Amino acid sequence: MSKVKKKVKVIKIDLDKCNGCRACELICSAFHATPKYSSNNPARSRIRLIFEPLKDVYLPVYAGEYAAAECMGRDKYLIDGKEYDECDFCRASCPSRELFKEPDSGLPLKCDMCEDDPPQKEPLCVQWCINDALTYEEREEEVEEEVKLEDVETGLESMVDKYGLQKVVDTVARMSKKG
Amino acid sequence: MRYAETGYNLEIDLSRGSIERVETDQRLTELHLGGLGTNAKILWDRVPPEVEPFSPDNLLIFSTGLLVGTPATGANRTIVSTISPQTLLMAYSMMGGFWAPELKYAGYDKVIFRGKSPNLVYLWINNDKVEIRDASHLHGKGAVETEELIRQELKEPKAQVAAIGLAGENRVYMASIEQGRSSASRLGIGAVMGDKGLKAIAVRGTKDINLARPAEFMELCNEVLQYIKVREKKPVPGVMPILAGLGSPAEMKLVDEEWHTQNFMWGNARERKKDYWNKEIEEKWKETQESVRTRLISCYNCPIKCGALISVPGISTYMMKCFSKLTYTMAAYSDLDFGFRIAQRATEYGVDGFSTPQVMAFALELYEAGILTDQDMPGMPSDNEGRFYWLLDRIVRREGIGDVLANGTHWAAQQIGKGAEAYAHNTIKKHEQLPLKLGMLNPIYFLMYATGEKINITQIEGNFPQAPFPTKEEREEFVKDWIQVPDEKFKKYLLDWEPRGERSMPYYPTVEACCEIVDWQERMHYIDDALGMCAGLSSFPLKPPYHIHNYPTLISSATGMDIDEAKLWEITTRNRTLLRAVNVRRGLRRIDEKPPEDHWKKRFPELEAKLLDEYYKFKGWDNQGIPTKESLHELGMDYVSEDFEQRGIIKNEQSKEESQGNQDRS
Repeated sequence: MSKVKKKVKVIKIDLDKCNGCRACELICSAFHATPKYSSNNPARSRIRLIFEPLKDVYLPVYAGEYAAAECMGRDKYLIDGKEYDECDFCRASCPSRELFKEPDSGLPLKCDMCEDDPPQKEPLCVQWCINDALTYEEREEEVEEEVKLEDVETGLESMVDKYGLQKVVDTVARMSKKG
Repeated sequence: MRYAETGYNLEIDLSRGSIERVETDQRLTELHLGGLGTNAKILWDRVPPEVEPFSPDNLLIFSTGLLVGTPATGANRTIVSTISPQTLLMAYSMMGGFWAPELKYAGYDKVIFRGKSPNLVYLWINNDKVEIRDASHLHGKGAVETEELIRQELKEPKAQVAAIGLAGENRVYMASIEQGRSSASRLGIGAVMGDKGLKAIAVRGTKDINLARPAEFMELCNEVLQYIKVREKKPVPGVMPILAGLGSPAEMKLVDEEWHTQNFMWGNARERKKDYWNKEIEEKWKETQESVRTRLISCYNCPIKCGALISVPGISTYMMKCFSKLTYTMAAYSDLDFGFRIAQRATEYGVDGFSTPQVMAFALELYEAGILTDQDMPGMPSDNEGRFYWLLDRIVRREGIGDVLANGTHWAAQQIGKGAEAYAHNTIKKHEQLPLKLGMLNPIYFLMYATGEKINITQIEGNFPQAPFPTKEEREEFVKDWIQVPDEKFKKYLLDWEPRGERSMPYYPTVEACCEIVDWQERMHYIDDALGMCAGLSSFPLKPPYHIHNYPTLISSATGMDIDEAKLWEITTRNRTLLRAVNVRRGLRRIDEKPPEDHWKKRFPELEAKLLDEYYKFKGWDNQGIPTKESLHELGMDYVSEDFEQRGIIKNEQSKEESQGNQDRS
């Protein structure tokens, strides 16, 4: 594969500045609704705040890749005397937890940096975090070319993992006949 | 489809253990919006005045507001309504936090409790699955502790829990309902929850809230957020720091307490310490506050940091907001460190941070005066701080003298007798007020104290400055970008208002202007309380992002209803009148509408009478503060006047009654 220049979109997360309001979750779910902003539901958000106030744990995490299986082991992080649990820093939509899955279908969710036409100046969660716990920057990197999965593909991939390719193909074929 | 609201309430009968999901009437949303408005309608329809606060027939309503769960910044309030054991009138107390949005996402606008459970229980709402669960193992547990235990027991860290502590279980009249960083504290609603045998309500929701015209709605939300950003960088000059920004007073962020410590009263709302604040105290308090405050925090979908995590070494972490850091401190003549320490215990017990310290200071005053003796206070420590802990422990357990004090200063004084009544000097309608004693009568505040249905000045303050600016230049500067006024005349009232001379208090603003100012400020609160909007972004601070000019579009685009300023004005009048009606039916009259005698040193009985006369007229009420048949008719509320007539509260010819009232009034 050839090397290409790629714009890397970076969200910087400053845990000390997080006030725990979860506006990021709310606006993410609204932005990704169809039609846009028509519904609101943090459970559909692609950013979630890991939130244990009494332990002063305030940790926004973004939805990353779908994982078919959970990890074999677990880690614990001790940072500045605070214990972060097991999967707190992990971005995966994974069978071990309910995070980053559509509440109705269970299909995985993934942060797409609010790709939009015309483009948003920053992802919506950053725009709505006026305490600057979330800030946005871009940098250029040389990377291997890769084929990016679309939303539907990410969903289908997980269906394939769960039910096998043949069953999914059959179902899609049957549905398209009906349609 | 219903927009902004879910269209469903939960009806829970705790006596029978039944749970129903009931579709609501959309016409009520059009008439009352939601939140406090529809709560009042339910209490009017279903709780007749004969029902005692601790009767199974009393309702306890946990409501969201109409905009809760939408992206409207700050729409996160839970509005709890019932009949107060302390005032015997309608109580409504509100809390921010995360509970109401979670209930909305679970698919409900309100949870309405009736009956009484024979055993202590809690309610678990998990989307469509709702169950009443045993809570006998939570008996006596702290409120914050209970929230954590329930989350663990349900294995649902994302559940939002509202709970009572020991005070609520023991029906202490100052009992609060706690919910993480927020609490609904005033008027004893925690006691009603305890009386119903309900320890907590846990809720988890993963459903959608829909918007009618999302693009239009979001444009406004974005404007609001941008305004907040700019406004936060531009504190209003010439007012004390805690009132210069948005949110509730930034007590957790700011350390400068010169204004509170020197203007509010210490002890049992008694002593003003005009020279208290100095460099040394400021240093010490700064150190105290910064050493225990681990993080500034907010409620759901709000950037303003009114709350804080407080970790005092050696005691459990808790969350605090606003003014409770000073209420215990000042009532006990102590310091900030004591305030943070005792507030932790008080939060776990679940008590109101305004009434409770005052009740304890009241008890100590009675002790100093010899009205309460060592026999009443066996084993009480000799130091002030120790005495406060001792009293707090007894009040929440209703032990010994604590059983008497648990009813608040008004009822306790009656029970104790021997002249104790004179020491319960700081109540309105039997409810403890801010420890504030001032010199010159402020006619605007006179009306708000006297007539406010919240029975509590905190947070019914509003968009009009509390005092005149000293110079003409400052006033001109202030009105320049004052877009929130409903009418240009309010700018003139402010421009003409001077600290001294002819156009100063108490005769300026004029009686007529006072009526209009109070009416405007109150209206904004009624809108917020129906929408579930935090007053801190709307009706409470100066120059807030939400106001009468952008609310109609916000509500219309969220709900699909067609609401303009005139219509919103009418809905507000209806809601405000309905609350008054509920209380009138429970006996509220003009004679009850008076601030504490000593609230201002300089009083003006004739002016005060005139203020009430004119304000009642302005509101469409008769001389006793009872809504007139005509004004009720205009609001489509003939059902209220019919009820009033049946009960003999109004006669067919109200005008005769009115002249009678004129002669009788005190």
